[in-house]
Amino acid sequence: MSQDTKRLSLILLFAPFALWIVLLILLPHIGMVVLSLREKVAPRVYEFGFGNYVDFMNEPIYWNTLMRTGSMSLLVTVLALLIGFPVAYYIAKIAGKRSRGALFLMCLIPLWVSDLIRAFGWILLLRETGVVSSLLVWSGMTDEGIEFLYNDVTVVVGLVYTVILFMIVPLVSTLDGMGDDMIEAGYNLGGNSLTVLRRIIIPYAMPGIVAGCIVVFMLTSGSYLTPILLGGKNSSWFTEQIYDQFITRFNWESGAAFGILLLAFTSLVVWLGLRLSGQSLANTVART
Amino acid sequence: MTDADTYDLECTGISKDFGSFRAVDDVSFRIPSGTFFSILGPSGCGKTTLMRMIAGFEDPTAGDVCIKGKSVLSVPPNKRNVKMVFQHLALFPMMDVYENIAYGLRCAGATKDEIASKVADVLERVALPDLARREIHQLSGGQKQRIAIARCMALNPDVLLLDEPLGALDLKLREAMKIELKLLQHQFDTTFVYITHDQSEALVMSDYVAVMNAGRFEQVGRPEELYHAPQTAFVAGFVGDSNRWTGRAVEVRSDGIKVETDAGLTVIAMAHGNEQVVEGQAVELFVRPEFISATKPGTPDSDLPADNSYTGTVDGVLFNGANSRVLVRGPAGDLIEADVVVTGGADDLREGDPVRLHWARAQSMCFAS
Ligand SMILES: Nc1ncnc2c1ncn2[C@@H]1O[C@H](COP(=O)(O)OP(=O)(O)OP(=O)(O)O)[C@@H](O)[C@H]1O
Ligand SMILES: [Mg+2]
Repeated sequence: MSQDTKRLSLILLFAPFALWIVLLILLPHIGMVVLSLREKVAPRVYEFGFGNYVDFMNEPIYWNTLMRTGSMSLLVTVLALLIGFPVAYYIAKIAGKRSRGALFLMCLIPLWVSDLIRAFGWILLLRETGVVSSLLVWSGMTDEGIEFLYNDVTVVVGLVYTVILFMIVPLVSTLDGMGDDMIEAGYNLGGNSLTVLRRIIIPYAMPGIVAGCIVVFMLTSGSYLTPILLGGKNSSWFTEQIYDQFITRFNWESGAAFGILLLAFTSLVVWLGLRLSGQSLANTVART
Repeated sequence: MTDADTYDLECTGISKDFGSFRAVDDVSFRIPSGTFFSILGPSGCGKTTLMRMIAGFEDPTAGDVCIKGKSVLSVPPNKRNVKMVFQHLALFPMMDVYENIAYGLRCAGATKDEIASKVADVLERVALPDLARREIHQLSGGQKQRIAIARCMALNPDVLLLDEPLGALDLKLREAMKIELKLLQHQFDTTFVYITHDQSEALVMSDYVAVMNAGRFEQVGRPEELYHAPQTAFVAGFVGDSNRWTGRAVEVRSDGIKVETDAGLTVIAMAHGNEQVVEGQAVELFVRPEFISATKPGTPDSDLPADNSYTGTVDGVLFNGANSRVLVRGPAGDLIEADVVVTGGADDLREGDPVRLHWARAQSMCFAS
């Protein structure tokens, strides 16, 4: 009896999770793989084959876009880490107990607003007739308005702003677990600030750093709105190519192949990152 | 040898204020080289604050800290040759035992070979030679303890500070570690400053003990001195067990004071402490249970101290092996604790038995309050 109840409750608890994994993750991806392996030989005639992947290989513009997306995403990840770490350290270790909650909340506020609205906010600020440009003209520093939009710097800044929270949260939670006495012991045994940071604080926070970097990298390389709106038509983000194949060219087969390639590529980068930092995914998940 | 060489650590008049609250109040002491010095006090009396000032993590509001005769107030914590074993040890969990010990040596710029030989040497000395490559979470509580000490001792500190390092251990291990710590101190021949709120730890291990209360040092001395000749009522009450009564001095003579306790017992006592006891003054009286002899009435008591002698009835027997006690309901109706030997034979005192209590006037310590 109690055995059965146990089993039943396990099934009931597990069911939504399994449904989610199977219906929303596994099935679409299997579908994508299948779709990407269909070659169009004539209108409405398909054949099994790797033609869509071969097309990708033969067209340097696709390659370049993927590499560009990958390297810009890495840059965004590094910037988010460099900016997020001090912020997280301040929140977890320096701020008083009471201001900590308020600071954390302030980091969350941008999430209240939808991606789209945030991107438009940037546009309002940065376009040629926008706030920043007008201010510069008004103060006499330039004669004509400056277009701050549609360049890589703006895209990177906008992306960092969008994803930095996902870096800060795991970092705060790991740094929070580190006792002050650990840092004091680091000094007491003769370390200077740099040694303590390099040999104690960063190794201790490593699981949080890795977790934050994975999330930020995946979010960035898969993001669509921010690069398109801030980078314009020439932002050359890989998700834009996928969108293009699916919607504009109505070439679902090649779009699916691109999707799979993006997934494979980002997974490879994450795997490399884990190998280089000597962390395992299980360890990272367990400690954050 | 100059004066400075003989004292590893010297504090003069150090105080620490947190806002309007004074955590450490004008504390002065000096510790001769190679001694085991304990600071004993109740929770919140400022022990950790005092130690953090010595280590350099807090700046004293007033006063000076000297190590080997040199003031270290302007020296940052990582340059002071004072190492600290933290209350929760603070071993680095992301490094193994070897790396934990090597950390300090690396900071000091030792070469690879030096580090290897020093780590092996210090692990040998704490009797854990095979643990170099263990991870921290694989160690037992006692092993962690010893690694934390080894990590400090590898750096040859002038003074080792220990902040209640046994607090997290279970009772059995604490007892074993007490003796072990004393032996380690002997072996390394370094000055240990040991913080505790457990008086038995302080008495067992230390060469000198400072009793601290509310930010001040009440008394500094050898464990026997604190026990037998306390200078203040606080020390008498905090160090060791005692029967404690409040009362009034009714007659003061050079060879003793007659005290009437609040319960109505009249006791002959000797004055202790710096403050003079005058007739009619309120006093506190302490008598240790082991100095009270409890006998059955009718036993010849010619060789027993006759200054204080009362009859009562046994209210209860607290059996604890060699430390057994009886609770005696005295003539004035208050309870008096006395140590007894429980042999298990027919002569043992039992609940309800009449009993005679005796103790000498020298064993009743009287303080003006
Ligand atoms: N940073 C601080 N700010 C304000 N008050 C403090 C601070 N640190 C300690 N105190 C206060 O100073 C007093 C002494 O603290 P301390 O930590 O030295 O006590 P302790 O003797 O080590 O006690 P315990 O045995 O419980 O560890 C306490 O009343 C504490 O509240
Ligand atoms: Mg303390």
